[in-house]
Amino acid sequence: MSVYINKDTKVLVQGITGSTALFHTKQMLEYGTKIVAGVTPGKGGTEAEGVPVFNTVEDAVKATGANVSVIYVPAPFAADAILEAVEAELDMAICITEHIPVLDMVKVKRYMEGKKTRLVGPNCPGVITPDECKIGIMPGYIHKKGHVGVVSRSGTLTYEATHQLSEEGIGQSTAVGIGGDPVNGTNFIDVLKEFNEDEDTYAVVMIGEIGGTAEEEAAEWVKANMTKPVVGFIGGQTAPEGKRMGHAGAIISGGKGTAADKIKAMNEAGIEVADTPSVIGETLIKVIREKGLYDKCKTH
Amino acid sequence: MNIHEYQGKELLRQYGVAVSYGTVAFSPEEAVKAAKELSTDIVVVKAQIHAGGRGKAGGVKIAKNLDEVRTYAKELLGKVLVTHQTGPEGKEIKRLLIEEGSDIKKEYYVGLVLDRQTSRVTLMGSEEGGVDIEEVSENTPEKIFKEVIDPVIGLTGFQARRMAFNMNIPPKLVNKAAKFMLGLYTVFIEKDASIVEINPLVETGDGNILALDAKFDFDENALYRHKDIVELRDFDEEDSKEIEASKYDLSYISLDGNIGCMVNGAGLAMATMDTINYYGGTPANFLDVGGGATAEKVTEAFKIILSDKNVKGIFVNIFGGIMKCDIIAEGVIQAAKEVSLDVPLVVRLEGTNVEIGKKLLNESGLNIVAAGTMADGAKQIVELVG
Repeated sequence: MSVYINKDTKVLVQGITGSTALFHTKQMLEYGTKIVAGVTPGKGGTEAEGVPVFNTVEDAVKATGANVSVIYVPAPFAADAILEAVEAELDMAICITEHIPVLDMVKVKRYMEGKKTRLVGPNCPGVITPDECKIGIMPGYIHKKGHVGVVSRSGTLTYEATHQLSEEGIGQSTAVGIGGDPVNGTNFIDVLKEFNEDEDTYAVVMIGEIGGTAEEEAAEWVKANMTKPVVGFIGGQTAPEGKRMGHAGAIISGGKGTAADKIKAMNEAGIEVADTPSVIGETLIKVIREKGLYDKCKTH
Repeated sequence: MNIHEYQGKELLRQYGVAVSYGTVAFSPEEAVKAAKELSTDIVVVKAQIHAGGRGKAGGVKIAKNLDEVRTYAKELLGKVLVTHQTGPEGKEIKRLLIEEGSDIKKEYYVGLVLDRQTSRVTLMGSEEGGVDIEEVSENTPEKIFKEVIDPVIGLTGFQARRMAFNMNIPPKLVNKAAKFMLGLYTVFIEKDASIVEINPLVETGDGNILALDAKFDFDENALYRHKDIVELRDFDEEDSKEIEASKYDLSYISLDGNIGCMVNGAGLAMATMDTINYYGGTPANFLDVGGGATAEKVTEAFKIILSDKNVKGIFVNIFGGIMKCDIIAEGVIQAAKEVSLDVPLVVRLEGTNVEIGKKLLNESGLNIVAAGTMADGAKQIVELVG
């Protein structure tokens, strides 16, 4: 078991003919991901990395039954690409693109209300269920199949944590990068709920960073609902306060958003927080040993 | 991206939002000339720097005649103003706003900002204007009102009026205040602002509502579609290394320490700074080379790090996903050849194409300390810098 994606997931790549998309399409195919279609307007009827290319998402879905899309479309056109995926009623759209104007995302988020599609990202590394399906840009080899769920706001910091787990013989059920943008599709709580319900996930690593209050909200949710152990890390503990012009951003969250606030909220929810990013793996192992879950989580 | 108060007010004027009248001046002569064109006897001389708290720091002067305008302009231009937002080094005043004095009856606060929790733009207002709004938020949060805006229909008339009533704006001025807020929202959306703050918004003796100050911040990701806003950028207000970095699409922030950092991904970059601090070192910068870096970009990143004279060592920490390790390695090698690298360099590579990257570095003949993990790399660079 896993969350969101598995070996049966049929993937469509939006913007497949761009150089980044081509590189990662190849990597995903090599990993074993079932990529059934690509979309680049005007290149319909051609092939990219052996994958048939269509002009529209709708055409691609009709012809191939794709149910999840991954978006590599450049930032000025990425919001539109998400809308197209939502309109085609895909189960999920994973948007890798960074630097999307935030007001574009405000509109996208509004449009998605009540729609079927789940958005992951933007500005995220993607989602991977080891040995089954890799969607995004993460290096596949650092992941091992297992029972620890990983959810993170940061791309490369996720790799760091996952790599540590794998090195220690602790495999992962699914790793989800939710992205670092202020407006994104899937949040910590969405993913934590999935992991809580997934029979094959025994513990969770949650990685946050300074700014906003998503971690505090997630901590509250964990305190009230989570039945599995969660360990965490917050990036930016020593970052100096930015040279801000206005105060509006600080007011809206009631002065919250510092690393200290987040760590406090997480500790209060029973989430053990690693002191440095280098001991995320160690911290998880310590906790699962205490809970008697180590043997069940040790996969290799 | 920030702009000056006078630029913000010009922008508001274009959208029919009421602001006090004034002109920018770069010299005492220009200041006097600008003052002559105003219709009031009282003239306000305001320092234009990208930071708040100017009034308290002595950057705003009230002149009663043209001689005083000249005196204040001379006094302020070239002066380094230190406010609670500039840091202890302060900012040099190079521009002044020469503005008509207003007969202020009451000061309010209005602002527009993105609320992450609702993913909506939110209008905020308070009758406690002209003061540090963060303190108002902390001590009397019930005095700050919010209107969450649906992006499909935008700020509505009733929301703007409700806000005005909540702010205790006199009933006969509520429509003027609502018009002001609607205009403010239009500018915010059409120019892709990330923050607009009017503090204070004032009620004048003759029954008007206008902006006495204007702070704008724009979404950098949307600047490609706003050439007019890009033109307002004042390079004097920014760190020269940060300007250089932005040319190459690198995210760089200057810090006080002596260990230069080059990392991919903002989260890992912050975590790398945390780790250096944990081992007793201090980072000289935050630098995220981003996802789509080329060898050239990495070379430029290296040059920018080294242009900081405080840098006594460099730690490169890369976990390649979209960023390939061989590209980083090529950039590091190219940079080390172009600039004579005379400080210790610790490199930790992991991720996509890691083997090719490590091979390139090993065969380069450069004096590079290879680190197995982030902790190992941080420890080594802290020791080498000493």
